Amino acid sequence: MAKISTNSLNLWYADFHALKDVNISIEERRITAIIGPSGCGKSTLLRTFNRMNDLIDGVRIGGQILIDGRNAVEPGVDLVALRKKVGMVFQRPNPFPLSIYENIVFGEKVHAGKISRDKLDGIVEYSLKSVLLWDELKDKLRKSALSLSLEQKQRLCIARLIAVQPDIVLMDEPCSTLDPQATARIEELMRELKNNYTIIIVTHSMQQAARVSDDTGFMLLGELIEFGKTQDIFTAPKNKQTEDYITGRFG
Amino acid sequence: MERHFDEALQELHKDILKIGVMTEEAIYKSIESLKNRDKAQAQAVIDNDDKIDELELLIDERCIDLIARYQPMAGDLRFITTGMKINAELERIADISVDICQRVLEIADKPLLKPLIDIPKLSGIAQNMVRDSIEAFIKKDADLARKVMLTDPEADKLRNMIVDELVELLKKDSKSAERAVALLLIARYLERICDHTTNIAEDVIYMVEAKVVKHHPESLA
Repeated sequence: MAKISTNSLNLWYADFHALKDVNISIEERRITAIIGPSGCGKSTLLRTFNRMNDLIDGVRIGGQILIDGRNAVEPGVDLVALRKKVGMVFQRPNPFPLSIYENIVFGEKVHAGKISRDKLDGIVEYSLKSVLLWDELKDKLRKSALSLSLEQKQRLCIARLIAVQPDIVLMDEPCSTLDPQATARIEELMRELKNNYTIIIVTHSMQQAARVSDDTGFMLLGELIEFGKTQDIFTAPKNKQTEDYITGRFG
Repeated sequence: MERHFDEALQELHKDILKIGVMTEEAIYKSIESLKNRDKAQAQAVIDNDDKIDELELLIDERCIDLIARYQPMAGDLRFITTGMKINAELERIADISVDICQRVLEIADKPLLKPLIDIPKLSGIAQNMVRDSIEAFIKKDADLARKVMLTDPEADKLRNMIVDELVELLKKDSKSAERAVALLLIARYLERICDHTTNIAEDVIYMVEAKVVKHHPESLA
């Protein structure tokens, strides 16, 4: 069974039809990239998976989003639980103006209430180890997260997600503010993380999608034009619009 | 939208066409030199091979440069990688023409063992296959590439006939060994040229249709 699948997913921002009959099936523990020109709906699609679009006025959603077989858009869905299960990393790293330690335990405190100090320490260590930051930061846990480099901040944001034990990690242009070396290290981290998590990344960089993902979807004007194995999409796309986009002939 | 990249691809296209024409000429002249026992022409083919080698290196360099700088995808990527492979096949074919000429130099001063009928026929097939495979690449014509592949068994058959005939001759008259072996080798060279053109044709089909037919002749249909 697919980890996430959509059936005729439609989304409107007031009168603007942003997603049109999207049917996608995302497999567990793989990296799925969504590419397409600006405004094609790729970030909108990503944000439907944890209902982040609900925060925008005038949003309407039609169709289904099945996550582990359960419809995430039906009335009565527990959004806090959904966003714990489906975490998100944003374009600009956005640590809280708190210490490194507090950043990581913040979510767990919200979700689980009172927890012992030992357990919190364990969560911090596990989460920082997962993003390969533990050795760098284990002696600086009380320092402000805002003092970190951009790359460290982005890793910290990923660690903050991991702390609440999500299943799915959504990444919206996670490297767009990073230099090539930092980007390469985040991509390495993504490859590590896919052993335990299902990762969906929206990226403007086709090279990044080609390097890091297992599956790729190409979107245009709100439609999912083509979806398939990354190798096939970048060497032999079936759709001419996909070919035109990835070879830079588009628009 | 016309891309700057398209100009670079066009240049690559022209260079591959050029090495194709040079190679075709090398085979033609090598067979002419055999038919006419023309040592000067054979030597000219051998001497000209350096130019083909140089062009091969230039094309390779151009392909690597395009990959490094443009990070091509999809059809562009298939075009460049196919171009690189075809370049190597053509250079190899040109080397085989040199091999033919070397055999010509060995036997040119000796009387003809037998009238040359089947070898020119085989060389005609080889030349057509080279021409068609290059044209298939240039015109992105997968059907023509398939035609090239389907011609190969004809070349194999003809080569076998030539070999059988020469072996018979050898059995009867061992003094003709040197000339017979040279002709045997030439028949073998020509058949190898045909094999290289089928490689080109397979690459063209991959380039055009993204379909791998290499080692799967049944998928030709």
